Amino acid sequence: MTFSRRPAESCARCRIAAPSSMPANRFNAYTDYGIGIGLRVPHYRHILARKPVVDWFEIISENFMVDGGRPLEVLDQILTQYRVVQHGVSMYFGSADPLNRAHLKKLKTLVRRTQTPWLSDHLCWGSVDGSYSHDLLPMPYTFAAARATAEKIRQARDYLEVPICVENVSSYAEFHVSEMTEWEFLSEVVERADCGILLDVNNIYVSSKNHGFDPRDYIDNVPHHRVAQMHVAGHTKFEKYILDTHDHPVLDPVWKLYARATRLCGVTATLLEWDDRIPSFDEVHHEALKANEFIDEARPATPARAPARSR
Amino acid sequence: MNSSTRPAQPRPHARRPAAADGARELKRIQRAFWRVIAQPLTRNNRTPRRGPDGRATAAAVARFIKPNDRLNAVERIQIYHRAYWFRLLDSLYDDCPGLRAVLGEKQFMRLAEAYLARHPSRSFSLRNLPSRLAAFIRAEPRWTRPHTALCVDVARFEWAQVVVYDEAARPLFTTDDLLDADPASLRLSLQPYLQLLALDYPVDEFLLAVKQQESLLRHDASNMPAQARATDAAPHASRPPRPERGRCWVAVHRFDDMIYLKRLERASFAILTALRAGRTLDEAVARGVPPSRQADEAWAATVRDWFRNWTELGWFCRRDKSTTSNR
Repeated sequence: MTFSRRPAESCARCRIAAPSSMPANRFNAYTDYGIGIGLRVPHYRHILARKPVVDWFEIISENFMVDGGRPLEVLDQILTQYRVVQHGVSMYFGSADPLNRAHLKKLKTLVRRTQTPWLSDHLCWGSVDGSYSHDLLPMPYTFAAARATAEKIRQARDYLEVPICVENVSSYAEFHVSEMTEWEFLSEVVERADCGILLDVNNIYVSSKNHGFDPRDYIDNVPHHRVAQMHVAGHTKFEKYILDTHDHPVLDPVWKLYARATRLCGVTATLLEWDDRIPSFDEVHHEALKANEFIDEARPATPARAPARSR
Repeated sequence: MNSSTRPAQPRPHARRPAAADGARELKRIQRAFWRVIAQPLTRNNRTPRRGPDGRATAAAVARFIKPNDRLNAVERIQIYHRAYWFRLLDSLYDDCPGLRAVLGEKQFMRLAEAYLARHPSRSFSLRNLPSRLAAFIRAEPRWTRPHTALCVDVARFEWAQVVVYDEAARPLFTTDDLLDADPASLRLSLQPYLQLLALDYPVDEFLLAVKQQESLLRHDASNMPAQARATDAAPHASRPPRPERGRCWVAVHRFDDMIYLKRLERASFAILTALRAGRTLDEAVARGVPPSRQADEAWAATVRDWFRNWTELGWFCRRDKSTTSNR
C-alpha cells in the first residue's frame, strides 16, 4: 500500500519543535522532533476525535506488525496527522539466536508504511532457541557479546534501510562473566555497529540503584554524539530494588539526570513512557512537556555536538 | 565534554574466563537463564528450589548470576522469573474469557500454566500465544475435565477472534470479475480474516453472554471498593451457564473493523469451506446442496440469497495469484 503523508512542517496540527542549539544527527536522520508520547490504545479515541497538538508519537512496532484490521486503520489515520517513530521490543539484538527473517520482513513493511526517520529497539536479549520471553533480559557485558550484538544491529540496519538506535534497559541481575560496565558495553556495541543510542535516563537511574553505581558516570561516559533520542518514565521503589514500571509520573532524580544528559548531548527528541495505569491523554502529555523546563535549563550550557563520524 | 567514543578496553582487574569469549558462551548463559525462568513458579510465586533436572537452583544460578548487598543470585533472577510468568499468564487471561467462564479462575490458571510450560511462546508477538491452546486441550484433557470437548470449542472460537481482528483483507471480488466467468471453472477466494467454525457446542451464544456479563461486572466494579473487586466471588456467582451440546456452524468475520459472529446453515458452511479449499463454484455448491435438490427452485433461491449476503459482507476477494493455497 502506498499513501501520501504531508511533511511535518506543513502539518497544521503538529507543533514545530523549538529550534535547538544543537544539530540533529545522522542517527535520527537529522530530524528535530521535540517532545513526544507513546501512542496507546486508551488514548485512540481522544486523539482521533480531538486531534491534540503533539510533536510526535512513538509506536510499539510489534502492535502494528499485522496484516490488517483496526490496528492498521488507526495507524493510517494517525499518520495523516502526526509524525510517528517506531520503537520495538522484540528484535533482541543481544540474543545468541540469529535475526528472525520473518520478523524483519514484517518490520520493513511497517517501516515503509510509517516512514519512520529512525527505528529503536533494546540492547538486550529475550529469545533463545526460538522461544520468546517477551521481556528485556540483561546482557553479560563481554566483548564477545558486544561483537555479536553489533553484527546483528548492522544486519538489521542494512536490511531495513533506516537508522537504528539501541536503548539501554533497566536491569535487576548482573553476570559473573561481565568484563566491563554497562555504559562501556553500550559504547562498545554502538561504536562497533556505528548506530545511535536511545538513552533512557529512567533506566539508568533504576539500574544504578539496583547495581550500586553512580548514574552520572553512565551519562558522562557514553558517546554523546550518538544519542538520537531520550526516554523518561516513572518507576516503583520496593524494599530491596527498584522496578521500571512506567506507571507513575517521572521522579525528580530522573529529571535531574535528564537535564544532565541534555547538557551533554544537546537538545534531543524526548519521549515519555507511560504504559500501565495510564491516565488521561492530557495528563500524560502534560507530564511529557515538563521536559521543556529541563531543556530550557540545559540550553545555555549546551556544548557543540561532536560531528558525526563515519567509520 | 566527557564523551567516550572509543570501544572500551578490558579492565585489568576484570574477571574474564576464557570460556566467556565466544558466541557459544553467550548461548550457554542465555539457555541457563531461560531454563530458570521458563519453569513454573511455586504456589508462592517463587523460583523452585530445584530445577526440572533435580539440581539445586541456588547452585546453578550462582554460577552465572552475581548477588549484591541486598539480594542473592536466585532473588535477582526471580524478578525476571515472576515477570515472565505474570506477563504471559495475564495475556492468556485477557484472551480467554470464555475458557475462564467454563473452568473457573483456578482451573483456568492451572491449564494456562501447563500450556505455557509445554508450549512457550514461539512468536515475537503475544498475539499468537493462544494459537496452540485448542490442540493442547485436546492432547492433554486432564487440565479441563470434565469439560474438555466444550473447552476445545471455546479455545478454537477465542483464537478465531484473535485472527479476525487483525488478519489481512484483500481487494473485494466484484461483479466485474464475474464477466465471462464459467461457473464450472470459477474459483472464489474468501477473505483471509474470515473464520469458519463447525462446533459441537453453541459457544457463540455462550461467549456473547460471558462478554455481556464481564461488561456488567466492569460497570458494577467501577463503584466497588478495591477490596471487593479483588475477590472473584462476584464473577463466579453470576457466571453464565455452560452450554449444552448442540452442533452449529459459525462464521467469525469483521465489518468496518468490528468483529461479528454469524450463524450459518450446515449447507452454507459446506459451500464456504469448499470454496476455501479451492473448489470451483460448481463443486462448492454441490458440496452444500445434494445433486437431487439442485434443480429445486427454492434451493436455488436460498443459495442465491446466501451469495448475495456474503458478497454484501465483503467475504469474497480476488484470488491471490502469488499463493497456491486458498485459505
